[in-house]
Amino acid sequence: MRVRLKVWRQASPTAPGALEAYDLDGIDPQMSFLEMLDHLNETLAMRGEATVAFDHDCREGICGQCGVFINGRPHGPGRGTATCQVHMRSFADGETIVIEPWRAGPFPVLCDLVTDRSALDRVIASGGFISVNTGSAPEANTTPVSKRDADEAFDAAACIGCGACVAVCKNASAMLFVGAKISHLATMPQGRPERTDRALAMVEAMEAEGFGGCTQTGACEAVCPKEISVRTIARLNYEYLRARLMRALR
Amino acid sequence: MSLPDPRVPEGPVREAWSRHKSRICLINPANKRGLEVLVVGSGLAGAGAAASLAEQGYRVKCFCYQDSARRAHSIAAQGGINAAKNYQNDGDTVDRLFEDTLRGGDYRSREAHVHRLAELSANVIDQCVAQGVPFAREYGGTLANRSFGGVQVQRTFYARGQTGQQLLLGSYGALSRQVRDGRVQMLARREVLDIVVKDGEAQGLIARDLVTGALERHSGHAVVLATGGYGTIYYLSTLAMGCNATAAWRAHLRGALFANPSFVQIHPTCLMAHGDHQAKLTLMSESLRNDGRIWVPSARADSRDPSAIPRAERDYYLERKYPAYGNLAPRDIASRAAKEVCDAGYGIGPAGRGVYLGFEDAIAREGLEVIRGRYGNLFQMYETITGDDPYTTPMRIYPAAHFTMGGLWVDYHLMTSIRGLYAVGECNFADHGANRLGANSLLQACVDGNFILPYTLGHDLSSSFGDAAPDTAGPAFAAAEQDVRGRIAALLDNDGGTTPRTFHRRLGALLWDRCGISRTEDGLRTALSDVRALREEFHRDVRVVGSADALNPELERALRISDYMELAELMVRDALARDESCGAHFRQEHQTPDGEALRNDAEFMHISAWEHEHGGEPSLHREALSFTLAAPGARSYK
Repeated sequence: MRVRLKVWRQASPTAPGALEAYDLDGIDPQMSFLEMLDHLNETLAMRGEATVAFDHDCREGICGQCGVFINGRPHGPGRGTATCQVHMRSFADGETIVIEPWRAGPFPVLCDLVTDRSALDRVIASGGFISVNTGSAPEANTTPVSKRDADEAFDAAACIGCGACVAVCKNASAMLFVGAKISHLATMPQGRPERTDRALAMVEAMEAEGFGGCTQTGACEAVCPKEISVRTIARLNYEYLRARLMRALR
Repeated sequence: MSLPDPRVPEGPVREAWSRHKSRICLINPANKRGLEVLVVGSGLAGAGAAASLAEQGYRVKCFCYQDSARRAHSIAAQGGINAAKNYQNDGDTVDRLFEDTLRGGDYRSREAHVHRLAELSANVIDQCVAQGVPFAREYGGTLANRSFGGVQVQRTFYARGQTGQQLLLGSYGALSRQVRDGRVQMLARREVLDIVVKDGEAQGLIARDLVTGALERHSGHAVVLATGGYGTIYYLSTLAMGCNATAAWRAHLRGALFANPSFVQIHPTCLMAHGDHQAKLTLMSESLRNDGRIWVPSARADSRDPSAIPRAERDYYLERKYPAYGNLAPRDIASRAAKEVCDAGYGIGPAGRGVYLGFEDAIAREGLEVIRGRYGNLFQMYETITGDDPYTTPMRIYPAAHFTMGGLWVDYHLMTSIRGLYAVGECNFADHGANRLGANSLLQACVDGNFILPYTLGHDLSSSFGDAAPDTAGPAFAAAEQDVRGRIAALLDNDGGTTPRTFHRRLGALLWDRCGISRTEDGLRTALSDVRALREEFHRDVRVVGSADALNPELERALRISDYMELAELMVRDALARDESCGAHFRQEHQTPDGEALRNDAEFMHISAWEHEHGGEPSLHREALSFTLAAPGARSYK
């Protein structure tokens, strides 16, 4: 099959960018979307042109490094898939495919389709962990965790940190991302001692990075490759309000 | 150079680590603050080492090529992590995990290392649970286990099919906490392109900022490589696209011995390749073999739909050949068996390079919901990639390169033959011998980074606190940086006509054919000259577009492949020198009448440690192995 690509090209963070069109032939419907981009880049390289920079690594939907808008939708068509899991059989022969980088203030474009998502790392560093030094852990079965809690924590902990939730949100809100981490840790008994400080610190960090608030359109859940539920945002709100109350009472 | 002292403690193996720990030197916390450690890689081994060292007070810089520490390839491990907790009351002990690991590795690993790994396994689970890893639980709230290939007890802890992800996020959390507290400086999007060595001692490294292209000099009192494996040398593998051997290889060129480079584990259950453009082969967790049955049609080139093939016309070849372990036979055996049935013409799919992995019996026995609960996300992943529904039609799988047991030679302290340079996790050679036991890679990474290095590195640095870190303006740094500049310029200025990817694909195909699942002397000799010819062609004809001072994925790839062209030769040389079969290293000349690997303990019970010789052929050092707790037996899984 063949497609017409319109790809965002931008040489550097400060350079102006634009969509450029490429007609690409010789595509096998079994190819993954990123293999199609590899194919484009091989073609460009053979013509002596600069290849299209895009982030990717594991190519099995778990590392979270890939992520582009495909026809206006983060990670493209289909539910619960990262960009690397999209296959060309999802597109029609001759289709025009528009490929753009994440669009959000806190994710500046570095080059072409590559953005800087380090803001998410800084939000995690503000408190998205359990403070336990190596070597000081008690015997693992000392603290039972009900299967239900473990499963619920897992569902939230499955977040791959790709940033699609932020990219799709009209407010560039990171509340699904933060909610997922807050829900994961607040559901586990090990995470309870720090829940108050964690909720306050992470929300503060999130706002300091320029992420917006949630106005509950739910687009984040719809595009999340791990289908993290918007209930984690409710949990975030609950944990945050609880933390404010606890802080006020202290 | 003579082979350095492996520093394995004298005396009984069982108590070796605790005895050693009580004897090693300590550094007081105030003095640790003056010591700087550079950690390359942020996977389970790297993040664990960086966080654990920082907790103790060291000043740490951690480097990764990805955009965030959380992307490291540990994240993709699906199945689980072993620990000798004996929660299932099924007779597991530290000694049994030790024996399973040693036997799985076909007695080509150091006994004391393997015992330490088994001994520390329980600590890892405790640590991960404390970090909030949502392991699978029983209804009563205790931790659940499952069994894995090559063992008869249930000792594998798991978090659905995303165990590596959950463990890594635990370590990433610990690392992030140290970043917040200013004890770790995280340097993402950096590729380490050389190790700076002066008078046999590591002084630091040269890193390239992958966004700006700037070369940076970093110095430290110690350098820790946690750079993972080199399975992407085969082009198609289960690894992430960016995985590479560059830092480890450059350390080798600077004097670090490289051990057993030809020991590569081929994973039996990966998705079948579909065409020339394929960039990777996704692994389907080995845990699927708990309930899935592997088969091929009994008739050659049977192109019927699998559902139309009656039981009597299927060959469940693993159950037939290995009745005791059946579908849970160790990885190398399962991989070779798949290759054999396909070579014999029974393979499925358009190219005949595939076998079925079916769940109909498990679904009939356990019910659909139970199977969905166990493997739901793996099945979904399979369907996403292939478009087939594994609940109703068997998966189509084939082996792919997965894990490299070989790596930088290290001593008991995990130090390479360069003083002050350490290697942890998959990038060292230490624990897995000639074949890694399933669910032991996450274990080794965690143990190395969290529970071994923080002790041994402290001991080694106990004489150097108070010294300033080496000056990055010194001549060793300048020379190394100049070297890197030269390598980059040579690639960019080359007026060739072939892309780096094309060369990579060719190198991979060559190695897969000649130095993959099975090897022969003739094949390896041919490969040796072919690899050299390909390397020459690469340097003559590679075309690298873009510039040195910007984000340039083509340049990144070319630099990695350039190093792979050299490592490939060492792999072939090592496979040729090891004129026996052991574990994953299967030399066709050496097999039992049943076609099993035939070891030659009299001549090859050693580690092959290769030394780089500038301008000459590498020299081989043989480190003899001895076994006091378990006499090396034939590795039978029948």
